[in-house]
Amino acid sequence: MTDATQIDGIEALKDKEPQKPPRSQWKDVWDQFRKHKGALFGGGFLLFITLFVLFGPLIWQLDPQKLDIRNKDIRPIYTWLSDGDAKVAWNRPLGTDNLGRDMLANMIKGGRTSLAVGWAAMILALVLGTLIGVLSGYFKRLDGVLMRFTDLVLSLPLLPLLLVAVTLFRQPLRAAYGPEGGMFVLIVGIIGITSWMQTARIVRGEILALKEREFILAARSIGTTPYKIITRHLLPNIMSPIMVSATLGLATAIITESALSFLGVGFPSDFPTWGKMLADSVQRMTEYPERVVLPGIAISLTVLSVNYLGDGLRDALDPRIRGR
Amino acid sequence: MLTFTTRRLILSVPTLLFIALVIFMLMELAPGDPMAQVPLTVPPEVKEKMREALGLGQPAHIRFFKWLYQFFIIEPMVFWDWMWGTTYTEGVQRVISWQTRSPVMDIVIQRMPQTLWVVAMAYIVGVLIALPIGIYSAYRQYSVFDQTGTFVSMIGFSIPPFFTGPLLIVLFSVQLGWLPSIYDTTHVVTDWASFKVQFMQMIMPVMVLALQTTAQISRYMRASMLENLNQDYVRTARAKGLSEAIVVMVHVLRNSMIPVVTIIALGMPAIFGGAIITENVFKVNGIGQLLLTALFANDIPMVLTLTFIFAILIVLFNLIADILYGVLDPRIRYD
Repeated sequence: MTDATQIDGIEALKDKEPQKPPRSQWKDVWDQFRKHKGALFGGGFLLFITLFVLFGPLIWQLDPQKLDIRNKDIRPIYTWLSDGDAKVAWNRPLGTDNLGRDMLANMIKGGRTSLAVGWAAMILALVLGTLIGVLSGYFKRLDGVLMRFTDLVLSLPLLPLLLVAVTLFRQPLRAAYGPEGGMFVLIVGIIGITSWMQTARIVRGEILALKEREFILAARSIGTTPYKIITRHLLPNIMSPIMVSATLGLATAIITESALSFLGVGFPSDFPTWGKMLADSVQRMTEYPERVVLPGIAISLTVLSVNYLGDGLRDALDPRIRGR
Repeated sequence: MLTFTTRRLILSVPTLLFIALVIFMLMELAPGDPMAQVPLTVPPEVKEKMREALGLGQPAHIRFFKWLYQFFIIEPMVFWDWMWGTTYTEGVQRVISWQTRSPVMDIVIQRMPQTLWVVAMAYIVGVLIALPIGIYSAYRQYSVFDQTGTFVSMIGFSIPPFFTGPLLIVLFSVQLGWLPSIYDTTHVVTDWASFKVQFMQMIMPVMVLALQTTAQISRYMRASMLENLNQDYVRTARAKGLSEAIVVMVHVLRNSMIPVVTIIALGMPAIFGGAIITENVFKVNGIGQLLLTALFANDIPMVLTLTFIFAILIVLFNLIADILYGVLDPRIRYD
């Protein structure tokens, strides 16, 4: 009884409810992420460009493949500012190419392909990398074999091999899935299976450290199966390094796809991607620099924004940096 | 250290064999037929003869070991003959290109200097620019210089070389007319004037490749310097009255260089891959361009050999990086 009265006397212990509402982890992450101006800009731009290529065709309904030879070589509207005689047209805001195809419609279509390849290849690489990383981190017997395998794949010359694989397997896949679908499957598959190694290494390292913690021991002692331990306890805890390596993977996948298209082993010629549009226009870039610059800027800005997004995510998801 | 080096050297043999097997199997599984371009009027038995003339008569594993034998035994012997004027390899079958019917290694040797000049120069220039930037941005962390450096290296990461290349050509070759847009590989440096021509034509390819290197290495240099600048030994050095220049440039720099040197060694083979694109943009006829043309011509022995040379470079530089790490940092001893 006396104890209770004494406690009642202490002011600090009197409050019935918390003064501030509880903070969730994701709110903390968002608060930290918001402080990184570059990451905010990067995320915003990535969202914008994704919406642009997804819903662009609904607003700008010109067919990107339609040849309009009378209206060929129209310059973008902004060239009118520096050169009053330039051939511009308001219904072709970014101009047309040497066959009269609308540049804006092509940019939308090309961006769709480039981003789709980037996302698909990134997800494939992520799944492969996480799978191999988790297996080799969790199961000791597989560790040696899988890590030696990872080292071997890391010492393969990747760009030459990509070129070789894309050139050699082009025909059968085109026959199986059609010219566009076959190329998509081939490029996504080939980029995916050559870029999982960094993710695998990072995931393995994290799993090795987490596996020794008490909560895993507790889970095991009540008879949780390895599958449940991995999906319920390990994977949620390594989400942040996986997300960071996902952004890096997206950036490299977009660049690799464009590089392949640039070297002439990418998608078929009537199927626009940003890299392909850039490569096709290099020949005439002195007269029409915008045809190189527009897709080039689109690639560079997308990759830049993804890189900044990754930078911000790394800071925001790391509890040691967060809150400082 | 010696035992470690030998162990790594021995371990790299199965690695290389595995890589050779992967590349060979990739070509073997691919459905491209070297006889596809031959007219349909050629009778099948003649086609079979032509196939055998290309060395395609035997099953895959025999051809694989023959190629290995030619690459690892015959080609070094040919090199030996060429060096010392001996005649061990007269009349011996070498790896023959299907395009030109001449030995693959001869063509590679012809193309190598162009690539090496551009790539090696780009790497040296890139490292020389990156190191001071990294050191200064770490020393003045969060200053305007550091922020700009971070931004510029982010851009360097993000702009692909097939965009910077054409941009530079439009700017410096077309608009300003200062630099040639095509790399002339037949140009021979004899005197001062021709050296100037060579220098001018190297500027753009070197800068395009160097941008990537600079972006990467300056980041590593900065991170490594930052880690060392807060260490106790730096405070001790300052406390005993050493000048700031000696503290930063001798004590901190030497310790920070350890990881950076290995990164520099590890990045070397990657830039050979990047050179494929740059060579394509500036029309340098180096080995990257050789690989591309061989690929489009379905010249399997050439592609196989070139890809394998790239693989050897990667394994070699990984080995160099590991050994350098042990040599530079006495805390790390592998044995």
